[in-house]
Amino acid sequence: MGDSLSALLRQSAGIAMDSETRRTAFGAAEVDEWLGGGVRRDGVHEWYAASIEDGACAAAMALLLAERRREERQSILWLRERRGERGAGHPYGPGLVDLGLDPDSIVLLRLGDVTAMLRAAADSVRHGGAASVVLEVHGKAPALDLTASRRLALAAARSDVMVQLVRSDTEPAASVAHSRWRVASAPSVALEANAPGLPAFDLELLRHRGGREGLQCRLEWDRDKGCFQTPLSGGLSAPSVGGTDRADGRRAA
Amino acid sequence: MRITALSPAALALGLAPGMALADARARVPELPAHPHDRQADAALLAWLADACERYTPMVATKGEAGLILDLTGCGPSFRQKQESRGMEAVLAQESPGFRHDDEAERAIARDLADRLSQQQLTARLAFAATPDTAYALACFAGSNPHDLPVQALALDESVHIALMRAGLRTIGDLAARPRTPLAARFGTELPTMLARLLEEEDVRITPRRKLPPVVAERRFAEPMMTTGPLLGRIAELAGEACDDLRRRGQGGRHFGVALFRVDGHVARLSVETGAPTRTPAAIERLFHERLDALADPLDPGFGYDMLRFAVLHAETLDAKQDGLADRAGDKPDPGPLFDRLAVRFGAESVRRFHPRDHHFPEYAATTRPARAPVPQLAWHRPEPGEPPLRPLTLFDPPQAITVLAEVPDGPPYRFQWKGRQHRVTLAEGPERLAYPWWRHPEGKGPTRDYYRVEDEQGHRFWVFRHGLFGEQDDTPDWYLHGLFA
Repeated sequence: MGDSLSALLRQSAGIAMDSETRRTAFGAAEVDEWLGGGVRRDGVHEWYAASIEDGACAAAMALLLAERRREERQSILWLRERRGERGAGHPYGPGLVDLGLDPDSIVLLRLGDVTAMLRAAADSVRHGGAASVVLEVHGKAPALDLTASRRLALAAARSDVMVQLVRSDTEPAASVAHSRWRVASAPSVALEANAPGLPAFDLELLRHRGGREGLQCRLEWDRDKGCFQTPLSGGLSAPSVGGTDRADGRRAA
Repeated sequence: MRITALSPAALALGLAPGMALADARARVPELPAHPHDRQADAALLAWLADACERYTPMVATKGEAGLILDLTGCGPSFRQKQESRGMEAVLAQESPGFRHDDEAERAIARDLADRLSQQQLTARLAFAATPDTAYALACFAGSNPHDLPVQALALDESVHIALMRAGLRTIGDLAARPRTPLAARFGTELPTMLARLLEEEDVRITPRRKLPPVVAERRFAEPMMTTGPLLGRIAELAGEACDDLRRRGQGGRHFGVALFRVDGHVARLSVETGAPTRTPAAIERLFHERLDALADPLDPGFGYDMLRFAVLHAETLDAKQDGLADRAGDKPDPGPLFDRLAVRFGAESVRRFHPRDHHFPEYAATTRPARAPVPQLAWHRPEPGEPPLRPLTLFDPPQAITVLAEVPDGPPYRFQWKGRQHRVTLAEGPERLAYPWWRHPEGKGPTRDYYRVEDEQGHRFWVFRHGLFGEQDDTPDWYLHGLFA
């Protein structure tokens, strides 16, 4: 009797721990507190670039979050559209290393169109071997509708893979994403001799299913620690709740 | 213009290949003529050679119109006879040669003759113990090598004439004579060719395709008219081939399926894997993807009557024992996923990053298909505390920008890209990269001065000045080469 009870206790502790570990934290205390420990590690997350120049920034956010979620020997799948590469440039290995990513763990898929990307993403997510599947989509994508995002979300939850959509040059569309962020580059903290410093991002949480929305913050990526942090120079932006954003987020969903 | 080939009807009128067309027209004014299309002939011969692979994988073409099939040991697999007919007509003349006689091999010859006549192809079939003899017999429509004319030796025309002048008209005349004087008078090649013709020397043929290490095949009494049951058949054959692979302690990297249609058309599909495998289910899944991804679907026409599954490339794969260690927490191996994606979207679409040993940014790294070998070079790791010095995305080619900068080598003050003005607030540079002179025919090219710059909004760019002041006559241009996060 005592044995079975303790087994039950252990089991329930396991469940509690499970819900704890099902989140991927940013590493910056304020943000993680707001999000309740991070974003869902098997959810769908959207990164909207605030302007065309912020496309690289939004992609970097997705890759860095994927890197934080990645376990040993897991890979990250980065899906891109072949025709988008003229405007957005080609992913560059040394740049990935400089961000603290491991290029050997990233597999790049260059595909013909968004439909092919969705098919490849569905396959990859269902397989369950990757830490995260990142889809980079430029412009409006009618194929990426509510049904498509719902399909991805279901597959992601079933096989414990994080799906991230990086969107640029478009307005948020209806989706079942667990979180939706607007990303913009933020001025970095200057180094000696007026040199640009560590990568900094301005984030705005447009939508957060089952959580608080409206978070606005500035994060800096620290490659050596492998986590996000609030900028060290004191230009710290306190998280603030945006009243209107919440309503907007609902309507968009 | 000369006549190269004639139809049987034209031959019956007394015309012969080699005649001038004008002479032939003088005799038969209504003679229709078509230009000789060597490429179409070669394509037809290749098509026939493919179709003949249903009998043996050892098929070689010879000359412009010859096929040589090595049927050694092919009899037993052919004993299950098949019945199926109905075809279109193609016109040409071929002469496949056969070697070695045996009941089963004669059955193969009958089957081949049958199929060829249905295609309205005229063929001369011949059996012999060596390829050269069979080819000569087929070319001169003989049955005994000794009765063949000396032209069957396929030597220089002058040698043939010399032999005729010496009164040696047939191979039989030559065979009876001692070889050494023949060699002394007509050249050393003659005894060699003679030995080959008389089945004394055997020169093996080189098949058109590399022989696969493992093959499994299935013939159908009723041709398969739809592609529905195809996958099931492939899975069966894959199972057989995998048993074979297991016995050899090998796994396949490259698998192929050849579908032989009753009218002689052969469709081929192949899949590759990133690591050796012998799991029939995985192979079947890859072929499923392959069939789905076909740009134009398979056309079964009058049906497929034979299916051959081949392991085209095999590597050592030792048996692994599983189930002992607790593997429940392990994530699935991504290898099969990449194989599947490569089959569906093309091997070029699935890529990995590779470093290269070069200082110039666009040559310093590349992406290669995921199946390419693992890189030998390591990535250059950045110093702790340093901000990223290389951009996340690189433009190829670099994008031209208009820049306001201090002369001669100051960082940009402001620049315009895609019609938008960016005022630079932070900048670092220059990082001076010399042009790789060994790549340039004249051994020189503009030096690049790279700057990391940040604008007012916080966008970080990688820009460079293409050339130094004074290095060339006009003012250097500026380019945007990449975007930082």
